Amino acid sequence: MRFLLDTEQRAFAASLDAMLTSADTPSVVRAWATGDHAPGRALWSRLAGAGVFALAVPGAYDGVGPLPVELAVAFVELGRHGVPGPLVETVAAAALLSGLDESGPAKRLLPSLASGETMATVALPGGGTYVLDGDVADVHLTVRAATSATAGLHLTPTPVGASSAPRASLDPARRLVLPHSGGELLAAGPHVARAAAHALIWARLATAAQALGVGLALLDRTVGYVKQRRQFGVPVGSFQAVKHRLADALIGLEFARPLLFGAALSMAPAHVAAAKVAACEAAYVAARTALQLHGAVGYTDEYDLSLWLTKARALRAAWGTPAACRAEVLCG
Amino acid sequence: MDLAHSPADEAFRAEARAWLDAHVPRVALPSLETEEGFAAHRAWEAELAADRWSVVSWPAAYGGRDADIVRWLVFEEEYYAAGAPGRVSQNGISLLAPTLFEHGTLEQRARVLPSMASGEVIWAQAWSEPEAGSDLASLTSRAVRTDGGWLLSGQKTWSSRAAFADRAFGLFRSEPDTPKPHQGLTYLMFDLRAPGVTVRPIGRLDGKPAFAELFLDDVFVQDEDVIGEPSRGWRVAMSTAGNERGLTLRSPGRFLASADRLVDLWRSRADPADTALRDRVADAVIGARAYQLFTYANASRFLDGESIGAEASLNKVFWSEYDIALHETALDLLGPEGELADTDWSEGYVFSLAGPLYAGTNEIQRDIIAERLLGLPKGRR
Repeated sequence: MRFLLDTEQRAFAASLDAMLTSADTPSVVRAWATGDHAPGRALWSRLAGAGVFALAVPGAYDGVGPLPVELAVAFVELGRHGVPGPLVETVAAAALLSGLDESGPAKRLLPSLASGETMATVALPGGGTYVLDGDVADVHLTVRAATSATAGLHLTPTPVGASSAPRASLDPARRLVLPHSGGELLAAGPHVARAAAHALIWARLATAAQALGVGLALLDRTVGYVKQRRQFGVPVGSFQAVKHRLADALIGLEFARPLLFGAALSMAPAHVAAAKVAACEAAYVAARTALQLHGAVGYTDEYDLSLWLTKARALRAAWGTPAACRAEVLCG
Repeated sequence: MDLAHSPADEAFRAEARAWLDAHVPRVALPSLETEEGFAAHRAWEAELAADRWSVVSWPAAYGGRDADIVRWLVFEEEYYAAGAPGRVSQNGISLLAPTLFEHGTLEQRARVLPSMASGEVIWAQAWSEPEAGSDLASLTSRAVRTDGGWLLSGQKTWSSRAAFADRAFGLFRSEPDTPKPHQGLTYLMFDLRAPGVTVRPIGRLDGKPAFAELFLDDVFVQDEDVIGEPSRGWRVAMSTAGNERGLTLRSPGRFLASADRLVDLWRSRADPADTALRDRVADAVIGARAYQLFTYANASRFLDGESIGAEASLNKVFWSEYDIALHETALDLLGPEGELADTDWSEGYVFSLAGPLYAGTNEIQRDIIAERLLGLPKGRR
């Protein structure tokens, strides 16, 4: 029993943090939101180079995984810096492909996911209505299942001809399309349904980690702001009403963190669902707190806080609504 | 990163579980806030102590099992999962004993600890005064030097367990004119039945005398009952307060067991269409697990040699608010029966309501979190 990140895991987080800080990630997010994906793709390659996507890919397919704890470590940093793109979806694609009984689709697609050459997006049963960043992902994987026996995994290889025009998300850096119909059938049968359920767990874990990072960023920036912003001749951070809101935001985040890493250790569906509820709730409380304590400046899109405020809202429903995840907690 | 326990720790768990299976009373004891219940709980402490289960984290020399913090957590998980009674000796075991291990003399430990472990002497805390609660350093009760000891005078209040307890511990002002209020305080133990002590039980919300006022009129205390140096009691007391808020006052085992019982209640009672109630039950399960894992993370840091400082305040706010939410959910699940007094759930509910008030109010804890963990500037309270 030693329930703490080890030195190597902490160093991994620190190296991603340093890379994303130097990459001016907010400008990458803003470009992504306007449809200029080049800076996002460049950053994606650097993340792949650091091994982020290989964590969900088994060694047999050029990955280093599956390593859910390290994946959670990485996604906290991705959330903290607001990195755009189908990050969770690419991880879910890797889990989906490596969970199939047959190795053909995995051999074909996983090495390029691990290396960052391919950006994937995914639609799974139980995952939600829209497909994230469907206008930019290189491959769309769609699992359709009337029953688990008839589940089929379909591949649509290009972003062109997405089944619908992208719809705007509350988070301008998330671009939503409806899932494709048709496409090439890669695999079919009950094992596809099992692999999809497995992929959903990975997607939820990564989303929980990303949400925790988003919440930590919101809290950090707000603490910095209330220390320097003065009203009535003193920093607003000296007011008890302000302190107590921030203390509550910290409590939410600090108790979500062990749920996240406990879930990464067990990968039990109920534990992962619990982590997702707690992390998304804590991030959202942090977002509301951040907005209130910044005042009107926080309510503008030109101020960078907006990049995290809108993501905290969007992640709540991604890969399982709070209600769906709470129901899962009580199944376990 | 690892949550698995060692085979030795699992063997310890199995031993505890077997003992508890054989000994936990089949019928719940009456409330420990009644005279009858207090006596029954005292007898239970003696039964625990007979097989060295009352103070597992203490050294064997004092009746313990030298359990480290992980084993203590394991024991608590088993203890509450077995439905064992609440601990009437908790004030002594979790507040006074750690203070004695840190600041007491060998003579004090030898004299005080064995009878605490067996439940023969039950301890009450005597911190608060009518004008000194959250601002504890403003206390005014006095300890005046006399031949061979001290004379205590003044008034203490909200003294938990004092209605039926034997002895108490608290802070007294031994130097009236110091530049700062937390200087000149002495940490003393005293007998609740000594001449000059008047105990006036106070009924809590449901009328049960869960605490008391203490009126002290030249109560003699021998020098041997001073913990640490005279007039340097604040530092001693603060290490005790850290224990109170930190790892040992509320074990995760208690909430894990309560959350399990809540899920059982929900399965047997709930209207499946009431998703709002379902969500609250799920949140109780999530909160119990969060608290367990947070505690294991802190225990790991503790075993690495780090100290748990202001983080204890995160813990205190979390468990005290969690405890109320858990019990509110249970009462709502019970519907009209939730109104009944003297059930396990209603007893737990009344008990939980005090959580945000004692051990430093949650407002004080949030100030500590904001100033020491987030680095926000001090301001007017």
